[in-house]
Amino acid sequence: MATTVTSSTEGKTWGGGNEPMNASYGKLMMWFFIVSDALTFSGFLAAYGFSRFKFIETWPLADEVFTHFPFMHGVSAPMYYVALMTFILIFSSVTMVLAVDAGHQMKKTKVAVYMLLTIVGGLIFVGSQAWEWKNFIKGEYGAIESKGGSILQFVDTHGKRVALHEFAADIPQERVQHTRSNGIWFTEEPALPSVSVAEVVEGFKSHPDLLVRTEVINPETKQKVVLSREESLKRLEGAKTVVEGANLHQNEYGSKLFADFFFFITGFHGFHVFSGVIFNIIIFFNVILGTYERRGSYEMVEKVGLYWHFVDLVWVFVFTFFYLV
Amino acid sequence: MGHSHESNVGRIWKVFGFLSLITIVEVALGIVKPHGLHFTNFLGMNLLNWIFIILTVVKAYGIMWAFMHLEGETSTLRWSIVAPLVFLILYLVFILLVEADYIFEVFKNSTIKWNF
Repeated sequence: MATTVTSSTEGKTWGGGNEPMNASYGKLMMWFFIVSDALTFSGFLAAYGFSRFKFIETWPLADEVFTHFPFMHGVSAPMYYVALMTFILIFSSVTMVLAVDAGHQMKKTKVAVYMLLTIVGGLIFVGSQAWEWKNFIKGEYGAIESKGGSILQFVDTHGKRVALHEFAADIPQERVQHTRSNGIWFTEEPALPSVSVAEVVEGFKSHPDLLVRTEVINPETKQKVVLSREESLKRLEGAKTVVEGANLHQNEYGSKLFADFFFFITGFHGFHVFSGVIFNIIIFFNVILGTYERRGSYEMVEKVGLYWHFVDLVWVFVFTFFYLV
Repeated sequence: MGHSHESNVGRIWKVFGFLSLITIVEVALGIVKPHGLHFTNFLGMNLLNWIFIILTVVKAYGIMWAFMHLEGETSTLRWSIVAPLVFLILYLVFILLVEADYIFEVFKNSTIKWNF
């Protein structure tokens, strides 16, 4: 593009050098991208909504899934950590606008400082998301998956969750982890669960105070339904596998789709944050090197700022639909 | 760009305060889950969820209006961004959620238990 310093003068509409809608080429293209990317994210979130409404009676309760806070082991603190993450991202959005604002006044040092703060905020956010993923993948209590594919969790008579290793019987067994070096076909298998189905079932039988909690949500209490002792034993006859943590094909918290969407949507968003951090770093160095000072305009900061706010915007929706609603 | 080069720092902090306030309200409601809002049903969702969604849209409006500086753009640009998004998203959400509810009913009330 030619250096476009134009204001649309009457009569020269088709004469070239005009800026449609008074926005520069780069800014307009950034908006094109943002609109299409926003539609991509809406597609994902709407698909999440589809699955959720389809399994509305058995969907996991977010308060029971995301309960961790750093340095507070064993304390159930739903919401707090993700609220903190939200603040970090909003705050990094603020430093970004401050950088744009300083750019309008051609204050190079100020722009650089605010860009740096934005980068730091972005990195903290990505790190937090990684920590959130780690907890989700690792799981906390473990569960049994039945032949029908439903998740059976364990609670004591007060309704408090009990982890598998707390009650599982210790049955000596021959089954060992299969590794590449031991097979003829050089195949391996995923890590074996720490306890076997038989151990869980035996352990359950020998602990009369334990009950099975199903995925079904009781509309009266909006809590998961806990079975009676007899029903629990009956349900455990259908036990098929031990599930510990969550991945793309197993999920101890409930519906597998929940884990799939969680990984996919927060992962895609995290990827956006990560690339945003990279863009910000590039722009940050350009600011320091004086590129925009020489160009006489800090519009690049504004453009990358648009992207950064968009990432924040998406997180606002992800936060609502994964953690609040 | 058209807008003047005076500093908007005060306003930026005001918007930040506004967005933070909404987030705090959301988190507080999410932790307390007031019984009178949580155990209601309005158009297929409880009122608490409606409040969350409305607050989210307000927050999105704040970010786009002030931070992404749509307030300083021409109204043609503003509408060419917002109108397609609003229309397509509402349409998509309407179709998908109605279909999902239908499938839920099929699983619940008919003999089909699982087919996909």
